[in-house]
Parts: sequence; C-alpha cells; structure tokens
Amino acid sequence: MNASTGHAMFGETPPVRRKLRQEALAQWVFGAMAAAMIVPLLLIVGYLVVRAAPSLNLEFLLEVPKRGMTEGGIWPAFVGTLYLVFLSLAFSAPIGILAAVYLNEYARDNWFNRVINLAVINLAGVPSIVHALFGLGAFVYAARFGYSIISASLTLAIMTLPVIIAATREALASVPRSFREACWNVGATRWQTIWAVVLPNSISGILTGIILEVSRAAGETAPVMFTGVVFFKAVERGDLFPYYLNEQCMALSMHLYTISTQVPGVKESIPFATAIVLLALVLMVNAAAISLRVYLRSRKKW
Amino acid sequence: MVNVPAIEKHIEVTGLRLSYGMKEVLHGISFDIRRHEILGVIGPAQSGKTSLLRCINRTIEFTPGTHVSGTITVDGEDVRKVRDVYALRRKIGMVAPLPVGLPLSIRENVALAPRSAGLTRKGDLDAIVEQCLRQAALWDEVKDRLDSLGTKLSGGQQQRLTIARALSHQPEILCLDEFSIAIDPVTTMRIEEVLKELRHHMTIILVTNLTQQARRLADRTMFLWKGEIVELDTTDVIFSAKPTDPRTRDYVEGVFG
Repeated sequence: MNASTGHAMFGETPPVRRKLRQEALAQWVFGAMAAAMIVPLLLIVGYLVVRAAPSLNLEFLLEVPKRGMTEGGIWPAFVGTLYLVFLSLAFSAPIGILAAVYLNEYARDNWFNRVINLAVINLAGVPSIVHALFGLGAFVYAARFGYSIISASLTLAIMTLPVIIAATREALASVPRSFREACWNVGATRWQTIWAVVLPNSISGILTGIILEVSRAAGETAPVMFTGVVFFKAVERGDLFPYYLNEQCMALSMHLYTISTQVPGVKESIPFATAIVLLALVLMVNAAAISLRVYLRSRKKW
Repeated sequence: MVNVPAIEKHIEVTGLRLSYGMKEVLHGISFDIRRHEILGVIGPAQSGKTSLLRCINRTIEFTPGTHVSGTITVDGEDVRKVRDVYALRRKIGMVAPLPVGLPLSIRENVALAPRSAGLTRKGDLDAIVEQCLRQAALWDEVKDRLDSLGTKLSGGQQQRLTIARALSHQPEILCLDEFSIAIDPVTTMRIEEVLKELRHHMTIILVTNLTQQARRLADRTMFLWKGEIVELDTTDVIFSAKPTDPRTRDYVEGVFG
C-alpha cells in the first residue's frame, strides 16, 4: 500500500485504482443483469400461483371439464398432451439420433451432406405455424391420417427433429477424436467404434437434448391445433387411455387458449391453474433432464 | 506369389507422396523395411513421420482432403488395393504419441480388437488380455483390477495399456509414434526392454524425437526431414562421426531440429 514499506512495485498508483474501480463496476453491472433473469420467472410463477390458488388441488388435475368447460378439471387435456409428446418423440428421437450419427460420424464433406446440413439448420428456423400448415397438408390430407393424434404427433416430430439432431451431433462431437483413432487403429469398423466407444460416452448429452424437446412439444399450440387437437372431448375422469391414436384429443396448450379467450363465464382461477399445470409439467421435465445430466456426468469416464 | 525377396522386405514404400489439400508433406519417398528389424525414424516436427505411419495402415483416409500417390506394399500386397482394410489394420499395431486409455474397462481396452475381429469366447479373450498385458509389462500392476476403467490409470500405465491394445490383434508390424513423449524415463526404459523382447516376433517401426532412443534400439535408422529421406542406413552409420549426409550429423548432434 505504502511506498515507504518497500513494496512500491505492488502499491496502488492512480492507474491501478482506476483499473480496480472499472473492474468492480463491470462485475456489478454484469451481475445485476444476470440477477435480473430471476425476476421475470419469480413474477410469472408468483402471479400464476396467487391467481390459481382456489383451483389448485389434485381434483383439478384428475377431473374432467364441466358445465361447458366453465368448471371442473383438465384431465383430458393433460393426458392428451402426454400422448402427443411421447408419440412425437417416439418418431423424432430415433430418426434424429440416427441422422445425427450419420452426419457426425460417416458423412464426408461433399455437396450432398452440405445440403443436408443446410436443410437441418433451416428446418430449425421454420416458424411453428408453418409447420402446422405443412402438417395439415401432408399428414391430415395427403397421407389421409385425418385430424388425429397421429397427424399432430408427426407434425410435432418434424418440428423437434432439427433440435434433436443438433443436440445429438454436439454430444457426439464432444467425444475426443483420439478415442475414435485408437479404435480404427486396431481394425474396428466405424460402426464398431460408434457402438463401443462413441455412443456410450455421448448418451447423456443426447438424452438431455431429447428431454428438453419434450418441453417444447408440450408447449406448442399452433402445430397441434391445425392437425389433431380439439376444443372438447368427452373422457372418463382419471382414465389413462382415453384416446385412440386415430382420434382427436385435447391438449393443455390449446385448452388454455380456448378457456381464456373462447368460453364465456369460466371460473376465474381455472385458466391460471391450467397454466400452472403446463408450467409444472415443463419444469419437471427440465429438472429430470438436469438431474440425468448430473448423474451421467458423475459417471464420466475420462 | 511367395518369392524370396518379398520375405526379406516386409514393407516396401515406393514413390510415396502425400498432400493435405494443397500442401504436400511427403515428397515421393522410397524405402523398405525388413522383416523383424527395428527401423528407427528420426526427424524434427512436421517432417511427415506420423503421416507416413498413417499411410501404412490407411487411417490417413479418415482425414478429409488428403491425396496419396505411390505404393506401399505389406507382404507384397499393395495396401491401397486391400479389400479388407480392417484385416490390414489388425496386421499393424499402432501406438500413438499420447496414451489413449479408452473409456472402457482395462480388460475391454485390450479385448476390443479381438472382439471387433469376431472373437467372442470369454476364455479366448481372457487369454489374449493376459498375454498382451504381460507383453506390455503391465499385467502385475493391473491383474487385480481388470474391470476398473482404463482411463483411471496413470499416464505411463495408460501408454503400456495402449501398447497392450496394439498387440492384442497379434500384429506382425508394430508402429510406435513417439511413444515416450508423455511418460517418465523409468517407464520409457521399461517399454524399451519390452521392445527388445518383441523384436524377435515382429517388425517394429520406431518413430522417435529422441535420437538416442533410436540409437539404443534401432537396427537401421531413417532421417526424415521436410517430407524427404535425408539418409537411411544402419544405426551405426547414422550415429557415427561420418554419416553420408552432413545434415544427418548436424541433426543427431543437435545442431538443428
């Protein structure tokens, strides 16, 4: 601190003080911006919980809508969303993973594979309402699946595919190249290398990518509204398998839209409670993704 | 097909050129490697030593934008016309500069190659695992924990594991690419002892940046510089006071490189 102590070299001169001030200011500003991220989330959740409080109970989840959807619960929409999400992932996950393995492990750098890459990137940028129109034309009419869970799931699958491909490629690319070279050097084929070393060590990233797409598929309204989700469907209370796959179903996102804007006289807390259920579903899936990632990382082998 | 000179020459390289894109790194080199000799390959970084090895077992194909011309024959067979490239690679053991313990158990690190070749009986695999780990002087240290991860071993142990893996497909040729740069001198000397034992069973190509290592082990030594062979002769001549090319003496004595 003091030049007289003999440590003048490390003492605080005016330029040093200025540097320290700038450093402190920068840290404070960036920190404040990061902390600001918490505020909207807390406000959203807090507001929803307060407004939804009168309807928040297990009955609300298990009960079917009553009196022209102005009362009762959301069971048909909840189950419908689960149907759509799982079926769409059943289509998109295998296709996406295999496509990503091809692109990352096999594809050479030629025009054909550049076109595929371009297609994947552009598909990710297509707005969901356009996916909806495509799904309507391709699955509902051209493939004659009609307005059905199948059509809606396939539409969601196409929407989630590019992100699954991107996440999988990133996970595969994180496996060091030296591992692959070691396998090739002992005469293993590309497939043997992928199966023995690459996939086991990228599975955590792949699963995380897929699970995060669950939340997107659950939240989208437009693609399912055009292709297979309806206003109302009569279902037994708590019935786990209320729909056939060639039928239409209800979904949480669509249900939230209709009871908020289309139905007069809905009990005030019901739309908010529906939003809470949708939000909780998504957050729970994300939490599952995070804990899976943490678990698999802890078993990381190098 | 079998003639006497072909047995003498285990590997024959003729006019080998290699380029990465526009940049040529091997400028048409020709030499041969005799059966059951240790060929030392010395030379500074960027002189094409690793690229040469990757041409021999054709893993160069995994690097996009490479162009190879000239011929390499192993046992008289042109490697670029080989139909079963995996069998070719099994004929050649390859040890990379940095130890690569695969994220598998120690046992599976060694069993990977025979398994890839189609061997599935556990007894056979176990026998190979033990034999190769013994050959690589690692067996005594790991025999009680064959099921723990290969990546958890120390650097020197991992390099010996890498050598055991390279031996696991019973190669006739063993290529070592600067195997000692990441390990301590004691381990290096242990591996050198191993190589002295292995030379009776296989041809060894020893790429090294330690000229003294080539001097200790190699029967003949090749000085590769900027993609060309400066000199290839018996190790005695290369390390003598009067090698044919003055650059060889300069490099060996550490004047440049």
